[in-house]
Amino acid sequence: MKFSTLVSATALAVASTAFVGAAQARDQVQVAGSSTVLPYASIVAEAFGENTDFPTPVVESGGSSAGLKRFCEGVGENTIDVANASRKIREKEIKACAEAGVKDIIEVRIGYDGIVFASQKDGPAFTTFQPSDIFNALGAKVLKDGELVDNPYTNWADFNGDLPNVEIAAFIPGTKHGTREVFEDKVLLAGCETTGAFEKFLEAAEGDGDKAKKKAAEKACISVRADGKSVDIDGDYTETLARIDSNANGIGIFGLAFYENNTDKLKVATMGGIAPSTESIASGEYPVSRPLFFYVKKAHIGVIPGLKEYAQFFIHDQIAGPQGPLAQYGLVSDPELAVTQASIEAEETMK
Amino acid sequence: MSDTTITPDTPAAPSSPKREFRSLYAIDDLTRKRNAAERRFKAYGIGAILIGLFFLAVLAYSIIKEGIPAFTRTIVEVEFALTQEQFDAAEKELFKTKAYENFFIGALKTQLDESGMDVPFDEAAIERLVGKTGGTIREFFKSNPDQLGKPVEFELAASSRVDGYRNGRVTRETITDSRFLQKSDLDIVDALVEAEVIKTVFNWNFITGADSGVDNPGGAGIGASVVGSFFMMLVVLALSLPIGVAASIYLEEFAPQNRFTDLIEVNISNLAAVPSIVFGILGLAVFIQFMHLPQSAPLVGGLVLTLMTLPTIIISTRASLKAVPPSIRDAALGIGASKMQATFHHVLPLAMPGILTGTILGLAQALGETAPLLLIGMVGFVARGYPDGFIAGFTEPNSAMPAQIYTWAARADFAFYEKAWGGIIVLLVFLLTMNIIAIILRRRFERRW
Repeated sequence: MKFSTLVSATALAVASTAFVGAAQARDQVQVAGSSTVLPYASIVAEAFGENTDFPTPVVESGGSSAGLKRFCEGVGENTIDVANASRKIREKEIKACAEAGVKDIIEVRIGYDGIVFASQKDGPAFTTFQPSDIFNALGAKVLKDGELVDNPYTNWADFNGDLPNVEIAAFIPGTKHGTREVFEDKVLLAGCETTGAFEKFLEAAEGDGDKAKKKAAEKACISVRADGKSVDIDGDYTETLARIDSNANGIGIFGLAFYENNTDKLKVATMGGIAPSTESIASGEYPVSRPLFFYVKKAHIGVIPGLKEYAQFFIHDQIAGPQGPLAQYGLVSDPELAVTQASIEAEETMK
Repeated sequence: MSDTTITPDTPAAPSSPKREFRSLYAIDDLTRKRNAAERRFKAYGIGAILIGLFFLAVLAYSIIKEGIPAFTRTIVEVEFALTQEQFDAAEKELFKTKAYENFFIGALKTQLDESGMDVPFDEAAIERLVGKTGGTIREFFKSNPDQLGKPVEFELAASSRVDGYRNGRVTRETITDSRFLQKSDLDIVDALVEAEVIKTVFNWNFITGADSGVDNPGGAGIGASVVGSFFMMLVVLALSLPIGVAASIYLEEFAPQNRFTDLIEVNISNLAAVPSIVFGILGLAVFIQFMHLPQSAPLVGGLVLTLMTLPTIIISTRASLKAVPPSIRDAALGIGASKMQATFHHVLPLAMPGILTGTILGLAQALGETAPLLLIGMVGFVARGYPDGFIAGFTEPNSAMPAQIYTWAARADFAFYEKAWGGIIVLLVFLLTMNIIAIILRRRFERRW
């Protein structure tokens, strides 16, 4: 029967390719993780492929947590070699890694990323913000006349006459983004403390001991109003940009590099009186910034060709330095690059 | 109109008023009302079609308007000689392509100095004008070492901002000075366009090239991910067609009607409605983590999409088997054919056009799917080159067209956004081709009873 021969032939062909694939050794570095680090990693991966005899690494996106989760799945060719992260690896994740056999992890800090507040270029004059402004606009509960109340403000000018008298509309990164954590820690929490709401939260907090109370107060500080004035964006910065494009009063949160690539559409606001720039972030003056990392599985060095070379290439002065392509794209280069280079050379693992 | 047959002297039913008798040619109120209702319904139908066409036109217009710039690119055409010493010096560097780029910028500057352009410029300005060119130059001289020392004509990509200026995305009004491009640079661009150093040409690289880093939109192409999609579709076709057809023939022609087969039928319908991302999670768990198949490979993508396409194919195949009249089976069985002979010699050939149409539509659906690919590692900077060889096409990491479009749309540089729209045009061309093939097959082999 012709038909059945066809079936068995194709089944055989597919099955054999599957086995060949499984048996083949992987010769390219496999990277996954943070979508903030992805642009930099893709620049490095392309340059690495063009400049060395190793194949171009594969860089997948998916977010810091997802990347680290896959990183911690175990050791072997079917697991990734490098995890990109826009935050430091957590204790819990190190533990999960160790349980799966990933005991030696090399941490590499590639530089810093600034987080900026931007609005439509021709929109209302949002040019200066203090963390307290953002907290008053977006906090779930704020301090008004010495009392903690559910956020009553509808316009920016309601709490700060210097700001434009337009409706509050903010587009902030969703909770799966590493950016959200920085926004909460460095803006909302800071604003909460300067407005004095933190004290009130602390008084009202329940819990055993000071530590638990402090934790509860912090949690109250970073909870965002849920009446539609603040919108969580789970997608990328392009989605935030589209929202700002269609809403003249909108304020969005972007990475510095993204903003710098779109200066024809966006204008940026200063935070705490400091304008975001690579210089102000490198010097630590601009308050809202964070380090970016990638993590290397030591057990894969020597097994996957080019892994150590990739890590070394990434943070070489000519790549991640102030004159390199990463800084050109918007990364704030790390002044302590030499320390990181030495630690990769020695394959120093995390304690 | 049964009332008209009632004779005049029959007393009317007490509940209904007495009817008048009129000529059949005179249109009474009720008829007028029914006719009006019919006209209204026709108007609704036409309205619905017009609204649909309107949206289609808007969609097509915006896709073409946004996507066309992806098919042109701005190039810098320069004659440029590289000496053996320069080549050796660049090869000693770690960041070799940057060294080549610097040689190129230097050569371009000398050339412009000699041409006596009256617009002031410096090396930094030229650096802003040209895109990432080092990779192309290095590759050329590595594969043609005999060309060293001779002048070679290069067509190299201009930077994405210059490209945007040429196709109207960046204008003098909207541009703000940045390290990417400054207002004064536009004067240089204008002068170079006049001198025919900067040109706009058809972007073959977009159709044949691979993905590039985020700082190099001029070098990005969809070709590699088209190849990835092709290998995925091969896997889907090779698996889902035989399995799907075999399953539906068994269920339709041989299986006994009982609770068990009913259960299977219900579950096939349910499976067709399962969101595709679920298949992605399944694929990650089964094919990569359990079976240890390679990550980001079109083989795994194809397997996942096979699972997704199978129910569609089974349902359409069963429908077309059902559409074959029972008389055909009866006739075959009546002259002594076995059930299998009746099915394979008579029913299946007649059902083939329907099966093929269903398969192609299922494939088209699979071709446009992104969600499951997210989870098996085909989204990101993955389609970075062509696979070497046929088998490698299945196992080497690659992306697929919709995944590539998704990746581009998320990048900061607006030039990539254009590429995403251009990619949509390419994807649509593929989908249209597949649908046209489906229509042709149906027309050709369709049989009416």
